[in-house]
Amino acid sequence: MNILNKKPIRSSDTASVSPGSMYEEVPLITGNQTFSSVTEKICSIVENDPPKMWYVLFGISLSLLLMLVGSVGYLIWEGTGIWGLNNPVGWGWAIVNFVFWVGIGHAGTLISAVLYLFRQKWRTSINRFAEAMTIFAVICALLFPTIHVGRIWVLYWFFPIPNQMEMWPNFRSPLLWDVFAVSIYFTVSLLFWYVGLVPDLATLRDRAKTKARRVLFGILSLGWRGGNRHWRHYELGYLILAGLSTPLVLSVHSVVSTDFATSIIPGWHTTIFPPYFVAGAIFSGFAMVMTLAIIARKAFGMEDFITIGHLEKMAKIIMVTGLMVGYAYSMEFFIAWYSGNEYEKFTFINRAFGNYAWGYWIMVSCNVLIPQFFWSRKMRTNVTVLFILSIFVNIGMWFERFVIIVSSLSRDYIPSSWDYYSPTIWDISVFLGSFGLFFTLFLLFIRFLPMISMTEVKGVLPQADPHHDMYHNSGDK
Amino acid sequence: MNTSDVKIYGAIAEFENPSELLHSAEKMRDAGFKKFECHSPFPIHGMDDAMGLKRSVLGYIVFVFGLLGAAGGFALQTWVHSVAYPLTYAGKPLFSWQAFIIVTFGLMVLAGAISAVMGIFHLSKLPRYWDAIFYSDRFKKFSDDGFFISVESDDPKFNEKGTMDFLESIGGKFVEVIKGA
Repeated sequence: MNILNKKPIRSSDTASVSPGSMYEEVPLITGNQTFSSVTEKICSIVENDPPKMWYVLFGISLSLLLMLVGSVGYLIWEGTGIWGLNNPVGWGWAIVNFVFWVGIGHAGTLISAVLYLFRQKWRTSINRFAEAMTIFAVICALLFPTIHVGRIWVLYWFFPIPNQMEMWPNFRSPLLWDVFAVSIYFTVSLLFWYVGLVPDLATLRDRAKTKARRVLFGILSLGWRGGNRHWRHYELGYLILAGLSTPLVLSVHSVVSTDFATSIIPGWHTTIFPPYFVAGAIFSGFAMVMTLAIIARKAFGMEDFITIGHLEKMAKIIMVTGLMVGYAYSMEFFIAWYSGNEYEKFTFINRAFGNYAWGYWIMVSCNVLIPQFFWSRKMRTNVTVLFILSIFVNIGMWFERFVIIVSSLSRDYIPSSWDYYSPTIWDISVFLGSFGLFFTLFLLFIRFLPMISMTEVKGVLPQADPHHDMYHNSGDK
Repeated sequence: MNTSDVKIYGAIAEFENPSELLHSAEKMRDAGFKKFECHSPFPIHGMDDAMGLKRSVLGYIVFVFGLLGAAGGFALQTWVHSVAYPLTYAGKPLFSWQAFIIVTFGLMVLAGAISAVMGIFHLSKLPRYWDAIFYSDRFKKFSDDGFFISVESDDPKFNEKGTMDFLESIGGKFVEVIKGA
């Protein structure tokens, strides 16, 4: 018991983020929350009817998803010839979209695993839906190579399954590494997400008003009783999962980059690719988390949980990774010149001033120039600015993959084999449709599962610390 | 089934906050209770010591399965390229161990992660749909803002009256017996 009976600094005292409060601990969760107000606020979203807007967005997403199903059906029936692919551009929008979605899928596990290991407590407000975003983005990503193979009925050739041809996959190929890296990433992210959900599912079970919900959440929560004999394994297991996922986050996009880097195409055959791709992935992933977080906090009144402080921290990460990406762009140019290789030099001059120069300059503007606004604290704490800039980053990162893939392929060694690639309506419909898939899953998630981890948020409230002895004098629990 | 069949499973008491739960757990431990449990909506730092529990063994389990995953993955690739399907691609040697590292690493992480998740729940004696503690209606609060200590009736120190008095004496509120058919 504290003799001085000093009242702790309550979150309400410092609820607004005052600029320049560098040394002052800004509370992670504002609005003077208690344990039960956290439960109430987060559960109310999944237990009550969603706002009308949810139905509107869900309708749009579902329509796009149907378009995707139709387009993919036609693609499987007709073959990849319906896309704008040609020779030499054999990898078009489908692979651009694949890399785009895998990149977005990096923020979730980065937030949940890497920031966990670094004890960044602010992750607790955003990790749940960032992980969900990761899982849905990786589902979208996996779709593209799957349909790009054309004959999807022989997809099992990817996996080491004994078969009637006595044929085995080639483990020396980066394309096969990719199959393993991305599908393992998906599985591990899904497990991580589910483990995090279990205590919250128990909360939903205990609050259930109907038998159906009680049974459903009773099964999903696996009988969680919050005992310390659960928590002690749970906490260590969570730490181990974070430790296992951390190298995975870094390795997945590195492996994706080897699809390109181990080829001999000028502009692809560079050693900078793995770190450059990882930085770009984190950059784009955080931009997508930012976009979704801003929408979700607005739509469900979550300003106390996802505070401006959270958004500002994400903006800083976007700026740092944006600078890394900018550095990689310039280093590619430098190496192209320094290598003395005619083809490399040509490729990069062609990127900036050739047939796809428009794509290149969209990329540079969105990824290098626009994040510079984040040097200003005013910009980093203005939600409207953050929202608009995060959209620009999303666009820019799609164009980055487009520039890398299409501009390099369309101008390789022999001018006689050069060609220009343009998408067809089917490229576009599958791309837009993948957003339908992503947002359908995401909207279902925020409707039916707690989008912020109640357990973890309660754990970072000041009164959760057992040595916060003076707390119970304030008559609050 | 008549009322004399009602079975007593244990006792439960609620505590004010994490700090009281922690200190009460120490008192339970010192009083010699073994089969008692502290329930809280989030993990409480220092509770393992307060309850006299050792560190979880999960790390060793994951280590073993991670190694098995890596070894199995490496063996699979070696066998595929050297024995089952020895075909030369791109002039690479059949046993290209460097190229096998990525998938080996991936399978290590996969096996480690699956064993970690299965391990968490196996060591926690989960999943189970039902537990006697759910006879207590008040217990539902644990997943919201309740902090509870429960004692199982097969704890050697358990006796209905004495345990309830003890829980009350260490500050427990709403002390009740867990009983049901």
